[in-house]
Amino acid sequence: MIHDASRPLLSVRHLTKRFGKGCAACSHPEQLPEGSNHCPHCGTVWACNDLSFDLYEGEILGIVGESGSGKSSLVQCLYFDNPVTDGSATIATYEKGAANIFCASSQQKRYIRNHLMGMVYQNPWIGLRMQFSSGGNIAEKLIAAGQFNVHNIRARAKELLEHVEIPVTRMDEAPLHFSGGMQQRVQISKALANHPPILLLDEVTTGLDLSVQARVLDLIRRIQRESRTAMIVVSHDLGVIRMLCDRTMVMKQGRCIEAGLTDQILEDPHHAYTQLLVHSLL
Amino acid sequence: MQAHLKQTYNYAFLDEGSKKEIRRTTLKAIAIPGYQVPFASREMPIGRGWGTGGLQLTLSLIGDQDCLKVIDQGNDDSVNAVSIKKLVQSCTKAEVTTDSERATIIQTRHRIPEVPIRSDQILVFQVPLPEPLRMVEAKERKTKQLHAEMDYSGIWLRLYEDIVKWGKISIGADYPALAHKRYIFAPSPIPRYDLPKLNHADGLFLFGAGREKKIYAIPPYTEIEPLAFDDYPFEVEHFEGCSCRLCGSSDTFLDELFDEKTGQKFYQCSDTGNCRKRQEKRHTP
Repeated sequence: MIHDASRPLLSVRHLTKRFGKGCAACSHPEQLPEGSNHCPHCGTVWACNDLSFDLYEGEILGIVGESGSGKSSLVQCLYFDNPVTDGSATIATYEKGAANIFCASSQQKRYIRNHLMGMVYQNPWIGLRMQFSSGGNIAEKLIAAGQFNVHNIRARAKELLEHVEIPVTRMDEAPLHFSGGMQQRVQISKALANHPPILLLDEVTTGLDLSVQARVLDLIRRIQRESRTAMIVVSHDLGVIRMLCDRTMVMKQGRCIEAGLTDQILEDPHHAYTQLLVHSLL
Repeated sequence: MQAHLKQTYNYAFLDEGSKKEIRRTTLKAIAIPGYQVPFASREMPIGRGWGTGGLQLTLSLIGDQDCLKVIDQGNDDSVNAVSIKKLVQSCTKAEVTTDSERATIIQTRHRIPEVPIRSDQILVFQVPLPEPLRMVEAKERKTKQLHAEMDYSGIWLRLYEDIVKWGKISIGADYPALAHKRYIFAPSPIPRYDLPKLNHADGLFLFGAGREKKIYAIPPYTEIEPLAFDDYPFEVEHFEGCSCRLCGSSDTFLDELFDEKTGQKFYQCSDTGNCRKRQEKRHTP
């Protein structure tokens, strides 16, 4: 894929996601009460509030914040699981970066989901069809991209599973029978099936034990190194962010309160909340 | 003393408004090959799931000049086929027949007659499950969306899993196929043997699902492509070395029968009308 590395691969502008109708009292984010994303008049929750950021090729962007800060809502919006309320996003390799992907037709959105993005959910039950075989889960993505040759599908599925260190002998077994770490790795291989330039990872290591966590993190770094996939890593765990991410965005109550190089944020946090977060790191 | 009420039904049982609605739905179905058009399935004197969809289509189309054949798994004499014929006869003056070449409308359950349908004939299917995607998606709202977006990876995945598990696609009857390169449809549970007969056929095929309230159609000369992977082509049932014990034919769809007493297996034509004709031909010098 020919792409000018100095231009952002994904650029998101003014992304806003609102749950609820909204009212005159909360029509502008500034009108919301300090320290809350909840409108006291109509009960609307502003999950993501005017978020803008860029993602460059081969880069890992971390998004950190407490529970309910809108991290997951953000990636779910980017993967079209939830419609956005407002804002735009462009992908440099889609329509020459001129089209707002949120306004694309549902067919086009499906194309973007299958070819340009991969998503790994915190809960593998959402990202995988648990009753189908692991190979089948990968096959689903390949079929969606127009691959109708069983031999080729299986060859690619084998390659992907080997890549994430799942024994090929278990390829035709359902992820239902796998351990949590293995399920997560199957999910990653599924997300990578069509060589997407962008990978979204939502709390991938949460709930895994430390040794398994380390293997999954290793895998993510290897993928980034080998295929220069750009990634957005959502986590509430600063350890994960420190290990993986080049740049980090700190979110609180739907707003981006601090963004910059990961080292800088961890060494010299400016915002009081970030300071609190860094100091509570074990 | 209770007076005997003589119940008189409208011509062809259904009221004119209902027939009009069904015909309108049918026209829409013909215009969009393979697309399931919802319709207001009426109460019929037989239970839902016993061919009410097909029956409503037949009744909305039939006139006195028509000749009707009803088959159940290829058989003209099964209880259901006979009852449906009786009902149609009791409220129209249409003729009934067992000869598929004489019939103008053929209502069928799970088979297509051996003799190809002509352009002046209509084949009406009784469909139990019109939604081919139901086996991969339980919600109607979702399947509608999948059809609209032509998002068929779920059903393909099912076929892939079949190949992984059994080395072949294990769907016998009701094999999903793509109509006019657009909609995947369920050809009602006809055997795979009958599926190629829908491709570029001369006649019109109408599908009625009474319980699920859907009508769909395959108009004449429509491309029908059974789903198959490049390296696992679609295959029909074959009956090598078998022939019908009644008419001796070896090029028709055969039913396997079993004699409990002798333990013997034998084969017989599934299409009884065609079989009878062949027997007659064999006996007349």
